[in-house]
Amino acid sequence: MSSLILRFTTLIFLPLAGLFAVFLLLRGHDAPGGGFAAGLVAAAGVALSCLTFGPAWVRRLLRLDPRGITGLGLAVALASGAPALALGRPFMEAFWAGKAGTPLAFDFGVFLLVFGAAAIILQTVAEES
Amino acid sequence: MILGVLAAFAAAGAAPLLARAAGRRTGWLLAAVPLGICGHLWRLSGAAAGNGAVPEFAPWLPDAGLNLSFRADGLSLLFGLVITLVGAPVLAYSEDYLADKPQRGRFYAFLLAFMGSMLGLVFSDNLLLTFVFWELTSVCSYFLIGFRHEREEARAAALQALVVTGAGGLALLAGALLLGEAGGTFELSALASRGSLEGHPRYAAILALILAGAFTKSAQFPFHFWLPNAMEAPAPASAYLHAATMVKAGVFLLARLNPVLGGTSAWRWSLIGFGTATMTVGAWRSLRETDLKRVLAFSTVSALGTLVCLLGLGTRPALIAWVWFFLGHALYKGALFLVAGAVEHETGERDSRSLGGLRTAMPFTAAAALLATASMAALPPSLGFLGKEALYGAFLAAPRRWWLLTPAAASNMLLFAAALSAGARPFLGKAAPTPRLAREAAPGMWIGPLLLALLGLALPFSSVTSALASAAVSAITGLPFEAVELSLWHGFSPELALSAATIVGGFACFAAARKIRGLGGGRAAPSLEGAYALSLAALFAAARAQTRVLQSGYLRSYLLIVLIATIMLVGAGVARGPLPSFDASSGVKPWEAAAAALVALSALAAAGTRSSMVAIASMGAAGYGVALLYIFFGAPDLAMTQFIVESLTIVLFLLVFRRLPKLVGVSSSLSRGRDAFVALSMGALMTALVLAAFDARTAHRISGWFGEHSVPLAHGRNVVNVIIVDFRAFDTLGEITVLALAAAGVYALLKPREAAEKT
Repeated sequence: MSSLILRFTTLIFLPLAGLFAVFLLLRGHDAPGGGFAAGLVAAAGVALSCLTFGPAWVRRLLRLDPRGITGLGLAVALASGAPALALGRPFMEAFWAGKAGTPLAFDFGVFLLVFGAAAIILQTVAEES
Repeated sequence: MILGVLAAFAAAGAAPLLARAAGRRTGWLLAAVPLGICGHLWRLSGAAAGNGAVPEFAPWLPDAGLNLSFRADGLSLLFGLVITLVGAPVLAYSEDYLADKPQRGRFYAFLLAFMGSMLGLVFSDNLLLTFVFWELTSVCSYFLIGFRHEREEARAAALQALVVTGAGGLALLAGALLLGEAGGTFELSALASRGSLEGHPRYAAILALILAGAFTKSAQFPFHFWLPNAMEAPAPASAYLHAATMVKAGVFLLARLNPVLGGTSAWRWSLIGFGTATMTVGAWRSLRETDLKRVLAFSTVSALGTLVCLLGLGTRPALIAWVWFFLGHALYKGALFLVAGAVEHETGERDSRSLGGLRTAMPFTAAAALLATASMAALPPSLGFLGKEALYGAFLAAPRRWWLLTPAAASNMLLFAAALSAGARPFLGKAAPTPRLAREAAPGMWIGPLLLALLGLALPFSSVTSALASAAVSAITGLPFEAVELSLWHGFSPELALSAATIVGGFACFAAARKIRGLGGGRAAPSLEGAYALSLAALFAAARAQTRVLQSGYLRSYLLIVLIATIMLVGAGVARGPLPSFDASSGVKPWEAAAAALVALSALAAAGTRSSMVAIASMGAAGYGVALLYIFFGAPDLAMTQFIVESLTIVLFLLVFRRLPKLVGVSSSLSRGRDAFVALSMGALMTALVLAAFDARTAHRISGWFGEHSVPLAHGRNVVNVIIVDFRAFDTLGEITVLALAAAGVYALLKPREAAEKT
């Protein structure tokens, strides 16, 4: 077990990281941010937790297997292009309903995938050590 | 014809299932397929009577000149009838020959696939289509030769046949492409009517390449060595492929291309030269062998040489002799191979010196053998006799006849003796003890050879034969149809004298067989077989050495190879372009310079330090410096991503370095110098590339368009994000897929080792 300060700080940092990630995701369209940055910020939380508490703890926290999260992200990204196909338009043409639209869904898929991929790598390497 | 070919392949696909379902009757049932195709061809030959031909056409790759064009003319019908007529008894024979083997179904499949390919080959009217079927026959032959794959000799022989005929096939492809380009089309009938390519600047190359293909396939000297080794195949496969059909494919191709390539002195000299050499070498080796199948294999080599020689001569009498010889040989050789297989199957012995007196134990097989031997020994009134007579007649009419007649007569005498020793001696004389007590083979094993041998005796008396021959000759020459007269008796002619002399000389050779075998200390004649073995060994050695160097297992060598290759290839391209210009007029702000300096110094520190922790930290600092540059140049999203990725990379390095062993030594200063040089060159290359890319811009900047339309079209003010998830979302989809794959790769590489270590 690592130092008390590290553990305490990490426990505070983790929810902040999660919130910040969602914040970046949602503001990405009009201000700096977006799916990639959001996913990476969430992954940074995972990285810190792996160093502080160990990969087993992170595994329990995430509940879902990072591989599943990655696959889900890819599926969501692909699905965001489907409505266009269903309406006979070119694949991935954007459809908007007010502030929400298919690009946002795509960005969400990107977020999940980037987070999942980084989590896979971090966890695999951490569990190996 | 398309239907016939497809039927054969369909039967091939169904054969394994049928073998399981129908059991001992499979061979007989499958024999119906070639018989059916034969009947179909028979009807076609009625339509193609005289000079006619029945074409069939379906486009396949019209832009490449490759079409499914088929054509049934005299030549292809001759071959087609032989393929199907010999195929049917072979299938029935296989049933009893492979009676106890469970892989019978596979054997039938390969045999039928081969039949389909061979039929496709002879009926094809497109040169490229012919090549496709050509290679298919080589592949089927590989599987059939290596059928008893537990034996190493069989595997080696199959590989040898495949490599030799495959190399010839490559040459054939090159020649075919050149021929098609020279003639303007790949359709054989169009090429034939276009006339000879003599005088074309590429004629010599085309001829040489196509001859390479034909000679390897038809086992001409010096490429003949694969055929005797191919006797590892089961007897029915040897009978079908290596006697009656596949080896004749090369000769067939030469006959097909006779109107286009033939008639020139180069053609005549090459074919007559190689053909005569093959004829003599084959006959000589045939008598020196004692293994039944090898005797027959070498005599096949000799027969192929004769066919090539006759084709080279090209006169009408020569071509008529060619048809008789081809027909006779296919029938008697097929029968003899099947007989040899039956003898081996029943007695367990394959050496002709140890066999004798089998006529009492195996009467029907003996009858088939003796009849076929009579044809091979050219005794009247067989088809073999007709062929030999016509051969002598054609040679007598040729200029410089004694150059042809002497080797022909000598070869025929040797072959006569070989025929007697392989086909007649095992059945005549005193009975000799054999490993297994000899008894008559199953009906399937003697009905086939008997029928084939009887055909060899009956055909000279049928008018059908001459009609078929006439059509074939007219197809080969491209000249109008002219009936061929068929008569066994021409009066007391020089040919008859030669035939009589051959018989006498043949008996003499037979009597002196043991002495002939002892000549030369039993050493084999020179051939390319040694060269084949050497080149194969050299190839394997080179492959091993190259793999040792390139696939050393060290990440640093892989990286070095990739970087050096990139530097050389891309550098060559950049060096050929204009020198990149460096415009410093816009000025560099002091904080930008500071960030750049941070990056450079951190990189130097990472390369120069001996402590891994310092190296990791320096690399992280370099990354942060780059992120700073992004901020200064107005790319906040990029900077954010760069900061986090750099931090994550540092974390990963820390996790990995905890596991690495303590570094004992560092690489020598020589390698460090080399690595520094490569790294600096790569950096310089990338710099030059980026600067060159700036100068190479010719089109309008698209970023303006994106900036203007980001809000109205995509409802977003962050142009970068809008481009990523909207305008160029498809590209992003590809990128994230790659990212997912990379993560999967890390997982796949690390996880199994961890599981193994835990156990």
